Amino acid sequence: MDTKIFEKDDVTIRFAGDSGDGMQLTGSQFTNTTALAGNDLSTLPDFPAEIRAPAGTVAGVSGFQIHFGSKQIYTPGDACDVLVVMNAAALKANLKTLKAGGIIIANVDGFGKRDLSLAKYGPEDDPLKDIQTSGYTLIQLDVTKLTRASLKESGLPPKDVDRCKNMFVLGIIYWLFSRDMDSTVSFIEKKFAKKPEIAAANIKALKDGYTYGNATQLFSERYAVQPAKIEPGTYRNITGNEATVLGVAAATKKSGLNTFFGSYPITPASDILHGLSKLKHYGIKTFQAEDEISAITSAIGASFGGNLALTSSSGAGIALKTEAISLAVILELPLVIINVQRAGPSTGMPTKTEQSDLLQAMYGRAGEAPLVVLAPQSPSDCFDMIYEACRITVEHMIPVFFLSDGYIANGAEPWRFPTTESLRSITKTFAKPREATEEPFLPYLRDDKLVRPWAIPGTPGLEHRVGGLEKQDKTGNISYDPDNHHHMTMVREGKKNVVAENIPLQQIDEGEESGKLLVVGWGSTFGSIKAAVRELASEGHSVSNTHLRYLNPFPKNFGSMLERFDKILVPEINNGQLIKVLRDQFPNINFDGYNRVRGVPFTVSELKDAISQKLND
Amino acid sequence: MEVKEKQLPEYSSKDFSSDQDVRWCPGCGDYTILKQVQNLMPDIGVAKEDIVFVAGIGCSSRFPYYMDTYGIHSIHGRAPAVATGLKIARPELSVWVITGDGDSLSIGGNHLIHALRRNVDLNILLFNNEIYGLTKGQYSPTSPEGMVTKSTPFGSLDHPFNPAALAIGADAGFFARAMDRDPKHMRSIMERAHKHKGTSLVEIYQNCIVFNDGAFESYTDKKLRDDTSIYLEQGEPLIFGKESQFGIRLDGHKPEVVSLSGGFSKDDLWIHDETDHFKAYILSRFFDNNSIEGGFPRPFGVFYDVQKPTYEDQLHSQMNMAVEIRGEGDLDALLAGSETWVVK
Repeated sequence: MDTKIFEKDDVTIRFAGDSGDGMQLTGSQFTNTTALAGNDLSTLPDFPAEIRAPAGTVAGVSGFQIHFGSKQIYTPGDACDVLVVMNAAALKANLKTLKAGGIIIANVDGFGKRDLSLAKYGPEDDPLKDIQTSGYTLIQLDVTKLTRASLKESGLPPKDVDRCKNMFVLGIIYWLFSRDMDSTVSFIEKKFAKKPEIAAANIKALKDGYTYGNATQLFSERYAVQPAKIEPGTYRNITGNEATVLGVAAATKKSGLNTFFGSYPITPASDILHGLSKLKHYGIKTFQAEDEISAITSAIGASFGGNLALTSSSGAGIALKTEAISLAVILELPLVIINVQRAGPSTGMPTKTEQSDLLQAMYGRAGEAPLVVLAPQSPSDCFDMIYEACRITVEHMIPVFFLSDGYIANGAEPWRFPTTESLRSITKTFAKPREATEEPFLPYLRDDKLVRPWAIPGTPGLEHRVGGLEKQDKTGNISYDPDNHHHMTMVREGKKNVVAENIPLQQIDEGEESGKLLVVGWGSTFGSIKAAVRELASEGHSVSNTHLRYLNPFPKNFGSMLERFDKILVPEINNGQLIKVLRDQFPNINFDGYNRVRGVPFTVSELKDAISQKLND
Repeated sequence: MEVKEKQLPEYSSKDFSSDQDVRWCPGCGDYTILKQVQNLMPDIGVAKEDIVFVAGIGCSSRFPYYMDTYGIHSIHGRAPAVATGLKIARPELSVWVITGDGDSLSIGGNHLIHALRRNVDLNILLFNNEIYGLTKGQYSPTSPEGMVTKSTPFGSLDHPFNPAALAIGADAGFFARAMDRDPKHMRSIMERAHKHKGTSLVEIYQNCIVFNDGAFESYTDKKLRDDTSIYLEQGEPLIFGKESQFGIRLDGHKPEVVSLSGGFSKDDLWIHDETDHFKAYILSRFFDNNSIEGGFPRPFGVFYDVQKPTYEDQLHSQMNMAVEIRGEGDLDALLAGSETWVVK
């Protein structure tokens, strides 16, 4: 019997299980297949900080959410339509994310007495029974038993058989959403190329899951989501950290420079180090330093030597780099500092997202130490903005902060990737050698953009010394002269402001160019804000949004844009940081904040509520 | 990386002296070291634009300003890390690190030991004056126990670092000791450091005339030094004393001071071998307080010198290998990744 297929505009699925259950892999495989099917999509992994928290406990639950549709998708979805839970703890941790009336697919083998107790359900509780009476659709399967039956002839030990459970579930989901399995099959073949028996078992479990979905009477309906109408072109799927890696490779190529990347492992930034360390044949050197300070100071040394130099970390590690960042400011050498922000203060919540290092990036240094601050707004935008960071740092000889965060770093979306040729050029030349008969070289003599020459060792006639002590303008010699220090302080500030001449103008993303309310965001909140504003604008409200990717300096037209709106709302996943900068720079404009610091992205619905409230004020 | 042979001009030590006034206290040991470095530079066969001096913070760390080469005066303790990045980026450069005992053994201790274990080809000159000079007289990580300073009015409780043991413990490929009052010997040691490919650590006893004058008097005073110090020469027996009357003998792995007039001959003595890691470790333990009689003399010269692959050479050969195996990186292929789809 064929189950009837229903068309859906968009669907959100959440896979949840124990961290050992392979939910991230399941989610990312479903993502790739969905992307290849032509849907627009957005994903959000949600994993525990511990590598292996005690199995079966709520602390050990790992989740992966994907929102996909035949329409444009800007967020991983506020709540899910389908929740897959591999055990009781996964249900406990994720039931709140399920929409009213949603579908739960539960592995009943994960709901035994011990599982319930580990998940801290009471001895009398029967959570599966409870959800049946709460209006949800419950599909119960014994995935362990089904997988073991599927693989009983594989000859694999039970431990390996049980590790194929996630593929059995994925097969069912592929059937439920009428998906093709080819991409996952070839992924498995590649991943287990050296263990063909494991590959065969995983593929069999996947296919048997699909067949099981078809054969069983468990589902009364299945679904199809048509391809989305998105801009024509060739696409791939990409996470923010992957896009950051590719952006560095692209900047290396386009600048013609060699690249040095100094880093110290830290969640959620480490994947950038992993990714770049594979790109040695692209002229990229990676150096895993002994600490955060060495990571950045080695990069400064490489920059002095003429390399495109970058360092990466997250907020707590950035704090350790602070003194070196101010050294780079006074040396006026190129340096990109990547901060993949996470929830703070201190160690905070390493795997959870937050936007709370903006003020650290803007002001968190000794002395007056201005630099450029950029922030990507989505996973794929990490490519564009890290590329911009590299371009600006070498063209202006000024350190540039790149503020990503855990949400876009690990979240994924389809990306219409560029060609090498289409990328903006990066213009930089090193200072030329000088004869002894020429005037002495002046390392701090500036061009009309206030940029000093990049004079690298190995160049005859340019021997010079730089350092953290205040410099005399032009010569770069040590100077304690009061007027010179004032002058140099102003020059460094002015030099940062000149960058505004070399960046794009600020655009309205959704809504009219003027009106009642402008929503101003920055960083990873782009998708939620855009979706909320788009829905409200389509409902007839006078609301627009603009998203800042260049935070210091602001684009030149940003101030005049602000003046064309009656009210301005600034939603941030922090306690109000951009708003402080805005109030400082535009003291005559009134700004209101919407701030939630929960370690999770904004939902579209909470933003709609906040914006509606502001519109009605 | 291929290095082209350059035609070097005839340099004199003056060519390495910058136009900046040297501002150490009159009589400071740093002057001698600066002079010897400037004197050595014309003879190392490196073009002056290919030489970089990197320093941290402290009196000694002002050094790069006085050298007419490329230079970075960085931040406190971080010079080995800055220099590591520079050397990895530009392996053809001759990179020198100037640091002090506070800079490299206190605030920057981590970077020093990691540079040593990685074996980046840096020449690190550690000016040890057993005191904080620039901050005006607090005890340092090499100050002896009990030392009364501005911050230890009742005497220092800290046990001092033994830089030789630290370096050998970190698997340094080159460690040597010199002193400011013996400039000729110091120059020869610095030359050896330059010739050693890999991290070379040279500890230089340097007198701080203002805050710790005479700290090394027992090794510099003409009446005392012969009995308190021993000069290491490759392949030579360990002999010291005014009349060369003492030697060091190894009884198994245990060293002992013996009198050459008391039944022992030169043939019984420890022959210095710079390539012997075990002997280098024992030598590094010659760290007695020499104001107390009867201890081991303090060794000067090259303790250990063994060539090992450098970090930057290995990194660059990995990069070359990556190109050999995978070909020159193709950016368009990288951007496309392994799975794409076309939206029409």
